[in-house]
Amino acid sequence: MKPIWSIAKRELKTFFDSLVAYILLVVFLGVSGFFTWLFGSDVFFVGQATLQPFFSIAYFTLFFFIPALTMRMLAEEKRSGTIELLLTKPITDWNVVLGKFLAALILICIALLLTLPYYITVWAIGPIDHGAVWCGYFGLILMSMTYIAIGLFASSITNNQIVAFLLALFIGIFFLIIFNVLSNNFTGFLGELLSYLSLSTHFDSISRGVIDSRDILYFLTITLFGLILAESSLAKRNIVE
Amino acid sequence: MSITVNNLTKKFGAQRAVDNISFEVETGEILGFLGPNGAGKTTTMKIITCYMAPNDGDVKVNDLSILENQEAIKKKIGYLPENNPLYNDMPVLEYLEFVAELQNVPKEKVSNRIGEMVHVCGLNVEKHKKIGELSKGYKQRVGLAQAMIHDPEILILDEPTSGLDPNQIVEIRKLIRHLGKQKTVILSTHILPEVEATCDRILIINNGKIVADGTADMLRKRAQGQEVLRVQIGNPEARDSVITGLKNLDKVAMVDFDPESKNTFIINSRDDQSSREDIFHMCVKNNWVLTEMTPIETKLEDIFRELTTVN
Repeated sequence: MKPIWSIAKRELKTFFDSLVAYILLVVFLGVSGFFTWLFGSDVFFVGQATLQPFFSIAYFTLFFFIPALTMRMLAEEKRSGTIELLLTKPITDWNVVLGKFLAALILICIALLLTLPYYITVWAIGPIDHGAVWCGYFGLILMSMTYIAIGLFASSITNNQIVAFLLALFIGIFFLIIFNVLSNNFTGFLGELLSYLSLSTHFDSISRGVIDSRDILYFLTITLFGLILAESSLAKRNIVE
Repeated sequence: MSITVNNLTKKFGAQRAVDNISFEVETGEILGFLGPNGAGKTTTMKIITCYMAPNDGDVKVNDLSILENQEAIKKKIGYLPENNPLYNDMPVLEYLEFVAELQNVPKEKVSNRIGEMVHVCGLNVEKHKKIGELSKGYKQRVGLAQAMIHDPEILILDEPTSGLDPNQIVEIRKLIRHLGKQKTVILSTHILPEVEATCDRILIINNGKIVADGTADMLRKRAQGQEVLRVQIGNPEARDSVITGLKNLDKVAMVDFDPESKNTFIINSRDDQSSREDIFHMCVKNNWVLTEMTPIETKLEDIFRELTTVN
């Protein structure tokens, strides 16, 4: 546990020492704030005291925001060779992957924490469904975990950050849109499978305030799957035929 | 801490980077790893430090095997990888603290150890800078400092003096010599005088195989076979009789002229014998003035070239 925390701490320090963390926080808050309060189907347009507009915009901003965070995490270590330094310390490959996962998750939580004023403001405007709000946040965190795991996997198979970024977007877009669109074109088992794989199916129900263990299981499974792939691609150097 | 390498093999595709090598390093020994580029030095080091698994064979650190007790072995090893990779965006002190944490240095000792490393590696002036802002030599010192931060019993250094200026090289060599008294050290280098200056034993490796193993003197003797002397006699007029006299000595195998000087001779003694005394006595007897007598040593460079360029 301790090495995971050491790695996460270093990773967070790097985020905040460079401008990465600040730029991403400002962009995330700016974009989500703009669409929640000022433009399109914003809170005032909907006319209800709900954070639904925020959740649906965060759903898209996090999709871009997270690969930008994770792209350098393993790719840069591999490019510069520091991964060798790290893995010859008394820690496991899992410690490294989980440490980086934790760092990205903490940064996302900070970003979400900074949107709490939205919640308080809407609360002040009218009667708000508190359960739905907390469920929405919970759903965003689950979804972020999924994207972080995908991003880490993308970052683990290349040593080029841009490739890692694009690859994470590419994999992510299947879960975000493509599975959903395809599921409408198929019937029977395939249709159901694609619909199950689609992230929006699970996110929508959570952000409406319905917590179903199957949805939670879905997010956790994909997260775990992504992390296992990331770890095995690190451990690939140990494979001998 | 002794290291025993047994029949180690590592393949990259069809190429055997390390081909069935075995050697041993005792506690308190400094082993110099020599070899041309791509000989398998770095690969061997990566396997010993548990970064890579071998295709075949085993490495034992005391009784711990790299195949089973990786965590335990990693704790005992301090490693400076090739090209000295570092986090350029971190300040020196923060980085050393991070490494100390990963190495499980007890909290109350961390600042002590960091202070000591900063002192030993001469980082005091630069310790608040970011690593990326340091010169190559200082980066190398940071690399050494992180390798030694947990006071490991084994030090594995891949080209520790590359990028250092001559003064720093002398200091680092002194440091390695000093550390080598209690620790087991394996270092690789291209710089041959460096091996002579710092190492107790030399291992030359070529195409993944060990081609020579021994002290610098042993290697020299092996490469040379017989003693070669350069002798100058201060009586040019007596040249012919000197030659006859030398040829008649029992222990002298061959006498040759030095092309540059009339009264200088290159003398090969017979195998495993030394003709130095006999030559001296002969000169005294004939009243010849002996102005020079130098053993011609085969340079380590020559041995290295001979061993690593065949085929």
